[in-house]
Amino acid sequence: MSAAPSLDDDLARLRGMLRIRRFEERAAELYGAGKIRGFLHLCVGEEAVAVGVMRALTEVDAVVSTYREHGHALARGVPPDRIMAEMFGRAEGCCRGRGGSMHLFDASHRFYGGNAIVAGGLPLATGLALADKMLGRRAVTACLFGDGAVAEGEFHECMNLAALWRLPVLFLCENNLYAMGTALALTESQVDLCAKARSYDMPADRVDGMDVTAVERAALAAVATVRAGEGPRFLELATYRFRAHSMFDAELYREKREVERWKLRDPIAALSTLMKLGGALDDAGFSALESEVGAELDAAVAFAEAGTLEPVEDLTRDVYATEASDAR
Amino acid sequence: MPGSDAVMVRTTWREAMRSALREALQADPRVFLMGEDVGHYGGCYAVSRGLLEEFGPERIRDTPLSESAFVGAGIGAALNGMRPIVEVMTVNFSLLALDQIVNNAATLRHMSGGQFAIPLVIRMATGAGRQLAAQHSHSLEGWYAHVPGLKVLCPATLEDARGMLASALADPNPVILFEHVGLYNVEGTLRSDAGAVPIDRAAVRRAGTQLSLIAYGGMIPRTLEAAEKLAAQGIDAEVIDLRVLRPLDTATLVASVRKTRRAVIVDEGWRSGSFAAEISARLAEEAFYELDAPIARVCSAEVPIPYARHMELAALPQVEAIVGAAREVVGTHA
Repeated sequence: MSAAPSLDDDLARLRGMLRIRRFEERAAELYGAGKIRGFLHLCVGEEAVAVGVMRALTEVDAVVSTYREHGHALARGVPPDRIMAEMFGRAEGCCRGRGGSMHLFDASHRFYGGNAIVAGGLPLATGLALADKMLGRRAVTACLFGDGAVAEGEFHECMNLAALWRLPVLFLCENNLYAMGTALALTESQVDLCAKARSYDMPADRVDGMDVTAVERAALAAVATVRAGEGPRFLELATYRFRAHSMFDAELYREKREVERWKLRDPIAALSTLMKLGGALDDAGFSALESEVGAELDAAVAFAEAGTLEPVEDLTRDVYATEASDAR
Repeated sequence: MPGSDAVMVRTTWREAMRSALREALQADPRVFLMGEDVGHYGGCYAVSRGLLEEFGPERIRDTPLSESAFVGAGIGAALNGMRPIVEVMTVNFSLLALDQIVNNAATLRHMSGGQFAIPLVIRMATGAGRQLAAQHSHSLEGWYAHVPGLKVLCPATLEDARGMLASALADPNPVILFEHVGLYNVEGTLRSDAGAVPIDRAAVRRAGTQLSLIAYGGMIPRTLEAAEKLAAQGIDAEVIDLRVLRPLDTATLVASVRKTRRAVIVDEGWRSGSFAAEISARLAEEAFYELDAPIARVCSAEVPIPYARHMELAALPQVEAIVGAAREVVGTHA
């Protein structure tokens, strides 16, 4: 099942990462301009995880993510204009402007958030997988969470339950070394995250999360075993966020040198350099990619700007489902 | 619909619940039960006894003691085509799953712009009175009723024990069904064809003219007993069974109080911030000018519920306290 490297695939990976990077940079600008409010958590530096993982999934699979999920949603195929409109608080947003940056949901892409309680998505993912298993579907639920989640009881409860019932979940821990602003070593007696998963009898691997191809290869292999009914798997994706935790973070907890060191491993620069060395990409090709990505983003921002506000009369709409048929 | 060949059968509240579970499992292959000790043990309160043998371990799932994980898994399974019934052994342990219930079950539909429905039923035992002390005697129905997105049911009668589950499962929303521990052994008769009951309105359990006694769940039997005592003293009390705390059927309450002009609310929760406070506020908002006396509340004493029998009794709403409060509001306090 391993992905055969090809020019087209590398270009698709690069494009996927670049559109996340540019989307996040634009979101930061729009936050500064007051167009986006609330909390905004950017995934700049972590694009290889989003792209590598989503390329390993198929349409039938489900995704459960966190509040740092723009990249996951984009790579999963949620349209950027709907995401941008959501962050603008517009009715055309993927959640009618009710969720904002932290709560992107898209049923048509089986994208189940956008969950802003750390580890709160793990039980949901476990249940989605339980239903798939009970209904005999060969779907995988990919559950993304950060290293902070491993300290939560819900993490341990779900590792155990998913392994016990051999549920088709792929647990994907994006280890960016900090739970908000506290280093893993300051909060965990055991910093080997794979050891935690293995203690529940769950196969676990650590992957270079700055290498999109490595992520994709590992995710493909894990997805194959999970889909085959061999039970859940755990992947730790070693990554790093280049920007602050949110828009309100003075970054007192890490050295600038550390950030600079990680930036040398920028997943986009790494892949484009590799492609250029191999003759698969030149400066003009990269510029063309930038233009393509920029145009899509301009359109997304224009869509959001032109969006409408949900009527206040709809404030209480959908607190409850009213028809039994609403529950598919 | 009730058939003409239905007969009255003797049963207990627990058996009525079990019949409801069995019927739900038979009626819909998407329905399954999961929770702590629901299978091999037969249910902490023996409600699910025999169901594992009848339906097998795929549909009667014993879970680890991981309330947050299995309640959240119920939410996920409901999102994905199943009709889970999650049993949390008691409301006391449900606090370990509060994140999933409040942050996920209650929010996902609205927050996603209406993209999802969560047809989930969470059952849990509630209430005090069995000398189980402070950590096993909570009455937190009112906490859950505070949260939009949830529905909160408190069956008191055999008919509701038998019929609320089917209605809850047919509802496309997360529904919490509270089973008061003091009710499981209640015996009575039930129509052999008893089935689904409405879950959107309160019920008048005893018609009366001089005051309205308003209660729910485990407080219903003693409130009815108090009404009989009052009748013997020449006071004609109406008893309203709320049945459903959210959505609350304010109309039935207001109609009763407009008639009786007096209200006593009986609630096993602590008085401060209690569900009785909500009822009281609604009556003040909607029936203030029809009241002939201040609204009274009979609630639990504001203490962790103690173990010793006499102290536990002193902490909980008792028949005498209900009678006393009623006499005071009708102005016959001796």
